[in-house]
Amino acid sequence: MSTVLPSATVTEPEDRLTKKALTADHPTWCPGCGDFAVLNIFYRVLEKLQYPHEKIVCVAGIGCSSRFPYFMNTHGIHFIHGRALPLATGISLSRPDVHVFVFGGDGDGFSIGGNHLNHAARKNVKLTYVIMDNFVYGLTKKQTSPTSPIGFKSKTDPTGSVDRPINPMKQLLASGATFIARTHAAQVKHMEQMFERAILHDGFSVVECLSECVMFYAGAFDDSTPRKGGTFEAVDETQHDVTDEVAAFKLAENLAPGKFGVYYQVQRPTKNDLEQKWITDTQAKTGGVSQKDLLRKRLEAMR
Amino acid sequence: MSPGLYAPHSLRNAVIRFAGNSQDGIQSIGGFLARLAGRTAQEVMTYMTIPSTISGGPSIFQVHIGSGEVLHAGDEADVLVAFYQHSYDSHLGALRDGGVCLYDSGEVKEVRHERGIKHIGIPFTAATVEAVGGSTRDRGKNMFVLGLVCAVFNLDKEKLIGIVSRQFGKKDESVLRNAMLAFDAGFAYEVGDLERFAFEHGEAGDGHRISTDGNQMLTAGLIAAGVRYGAAYPITPWSSIMESLRAELPKYGGIYVQAEDELAAVSMTLGAAFAGHLAVTGSAGPGLSLKMEALSYASMAELPIIVINVQRGGPSTGLPTSVEQSDLMQAIYGSHGDCPRIVLAPQDVEDCFYIALEAGRLARKYSCPVIILSDQALSSRIEAFAEPDLDVHWVEPHIDLSTRREDYRPYPLDRTTQHAPPGSRMSSGKYPVISGLEHDEWGHPSGSPKMHSQMTGKRRQKLIDAAAEFPLPKVHGHQEGDVLIVGWGSTYGPIKESADRLPAEGFKVGALHLRHLHPLPNGLETIFNRYEHIVVVEMNDYGAYGYGQMATLLRARYCNPAIKSLCKTDGLAFRIREIVTGVEKHLAGAG
Ligand SMILES: Cc1ncc(C[n+]2csc(CCOP(=O)(O)OP(=O)(O)O)c2C)c(N)n1
Ligand code: SF4
Ligand SMILES: [Mg+2]
Repeated sequence: MSTVLPSATVTEPEDRLTKKALTADHPTWCPGCGDFAVLNIFYRVLEKLQYPHEKIVCVAGIGCSSRFPYFMNTHGIHFIHGRALPLATGISLSRPDVHVFVFGGDGDGFSIGGNHLNHAARKNVKLTYVIMDNFVYGLTKKQTSPTSPIGFKSKTDPTGSVDRPINPMKQLLASGATFIARTHAAQVKHMEQMFERAILHDGFSVVECLSECVMFYAGAFDDSTPRKGGTFEAVDETQHDVTDEVAAFKLAENLAPGKFGVYYQVQRPTKNDLEQKWITDTQAKTGGVSQKDLLRKRLEAMR
Repeated sequence: MSPGLYAPHSLRNAVIRFAGNSQDGIQSIGGFLARLAGRTAQEVMTYMTIPSTISGGPSIFQVHIGSGEVLHAGDEADVLVAFYQHSYDSHLGALRDGGVCLYDSGEVKEVRHERGIKHIGIPFTAATVEAVGGSTRDRGKNMFVLGLVCAVFNLDKEKLIGIVSRQFGKKDESVLRNAMLAFDAGFAYEVGDLERFAFEHGEAGDGHRISTDGNQMLTAGLIAAGVRYGAAYPITPWSSIMESLRAELPKYGGIYVQAEDELAAVSMTLGAAFAGHLAVTGSAGPGLSLKMEALSYASMAELPIIVINVQRGGPSTGLPTSVEQSDLMQAIYGSHGDCPRIVLAPQDVEDCFYIALEAGRLARKYSCPVIILSDQALSSRIEAFAEPDLDVHWVEPHIDLSTRREDYRPYPLDRTTQHAPPGSRMSSGKYPVISGLEHDEWGHPSGSPKMHSQMTGKRRQKLIDAAAEFPLPKVHGHQEGDVLIVGWGSTYGPIKESADRLPAEGFKVGALHLRHLHPLPNGLETIFNRYEHIVVVEMNDYGAYGYGQMATLLRARYCNPAIKSLCKTDGLAFRIREIVTGVEKHLAGAG
């Protein structure tokens, strides 16, 4: 571990971490917004995992969904639009002792922050990222998003969107993420399983969660909501090998409405571990020299 | 004639310009000479130009060595070493009347005998090939020239060889052997009718002296300040800092990340700052432009972060390998909203170390962004100075994870924010959210008009407090009189030297150099009021109203019509002559 950090103190357990302790401001979301369910399930998963309260960090960019940290009573940071992942990368790499959770929307993650998603994924930074995908820009009141289907009428596409939407699963697969799952805010049990597996994954884990914007895109996910006449089909992991990238791409062929579950999961060394290994190896070479003397030597070499 | 036949001509200082192509290794021999000067109690300042293309091209390295104070890289050269005809043609004009030109007689065919310049043709290339052996072609002719210069200036050969060996020692043994063959051939070469020189002894102070460039000193200063984390994206002339941090920080238990772009770089750095560390990002102008949104966030969320801008010529991609000071307004005001941040500028290579230390202290104390404005000239020029004493200047990195008291608030209105990083327990049971939305004392979003005014005031207060603690800079030269020359950043040396020369014309001249650019230290007006004219010298444009960026700020701040500008935008460091004549013009009322 980094010498900058106080050596991992064994903290005597506080009271059990309960939903009550984790609850902060009442969410400012519209009644009926899918994001409420995501929040509730996240409380439940944290109650189950019982991480030390002070070691939980919630990070978000900007958007309705990105308000998440205000509703969590944990260390949190509400950053700028699209840059939550690099911010979280800075936390994760410099503080191996904390658990980093990132929340955001489809615009935040796939549009303005698209490049960061690619790079945080390929670097396999240890953190968990939940994308609440509502196929629309909610906070700014109904503009086309990178996941809006062709023909979606928005304020920026009054006659219907013309740009081909991205395929989030294929995009994530191509990015090099080591855990990729897809879930649905109306399927709380499934969501809970996906969050838990994502959090327990050692590496960059990302979950796309379809979460309805009742205000600006009501009915977007009816085709995958049984009580609205749709079908919710889970990935059958006896048939789908989650380590098979080609099979995962095949599974991602058709996402309307497609299947829900873990598309892909592999183990690859995290950036956190690789950087730590470099630190350990380098420090083994400089062995025992104090940090001040290290710099002193560097200056002496300039004499 | 062998070296030593003539009694050497005693010198206080000399400017030697090597002109060749970038692949000839003139930068490295210039570096050896600079280091040697540092080791022999001499002062030195170097200046180089490098083509911004990889494939090479014309390049120069100029070394000003002196036994007294050396404040600039030299307006004109005493000795020109020309490797090619094009080098000769471009640089003969930079040689003083009566100077010495050593040239490669195999390359330079047409020489112009003018202004009493002494020409000495030497077959650099052929002599090197003869000394080293055929297969190496002309590689090593820089070492031949170094040997030549060593003999002509009676330099300390043993020390010089020591420096060279240490450099080449890291490589294959044959590399050093060939280098020394070329060096010896140059040293023994019969230069004919050329007098020999020797530098007067400098005054050896106590303690060790080091010689290096500004980017290396910023890096060392950051480490001494306790920086262990950060992220950046490569860009000239910033890159060598991030390269050093990436290689060095693991030794200190830290990590420096190469980010996918500058937006990510500043965000990762803010992540490390939020996590409780002192962290640094940096770039040149184009990258700073990309970081601006996040820097505005850092002011609002009150996160400590150091940001370095190694300025180059702008706008846009501009002149990547030239110097300019045109990012001052951007540093102070270049983000949306009223977002207070501190801006500092190192005045020379040595100061890069101390500015980095100060930036770290201020970022932590005021929990806000601190921008360091360096520039291309400082980044690459080598100077010799006293080695910093780490027993005095060393900050042990620390992170405060103590349990916060019941009444802890992340944004108290009556105090400077000091964040509780993740891992800190909250006695109140309420955890803080760090926010870029306007917020109340607990970090909850707030649209209250009163709260926004109060919080704006709370953030503004940092600048007021910082201004009160910044020392008033000392005036060099006359403490009152005709003209005060004001500068900031890398122009320190040339301005000081110009101020020393101007009194010869009968003027009372003072020079004042600003290291704290924003906020300005309190009390500057009392100094300004003592002079008839105040001329602000800076490497940026006069703009629509006839004033450079710092001059504009000073005029706005002090409403003093005596404040005038002396600007230039040729991408080159100020020469003494340019400052002297520019100031004289102002004195004559023609400015
Ligand atoms: C740099 C910048 N550009 C634009 C915005 C405006 N903006 C805020 S949120 C948002 C889109 C939000 O959509 P999404 O990420 O899908 O989140 P949702 O509100 O749908 O949950 C936009 C365009 C901003 N805050 N910052
Ligand atoms: S606008 Fe849409 S996404 Fe935003 S809170 Fe309302 S329902 Fe949810
Ligand atoms: Mg959305």
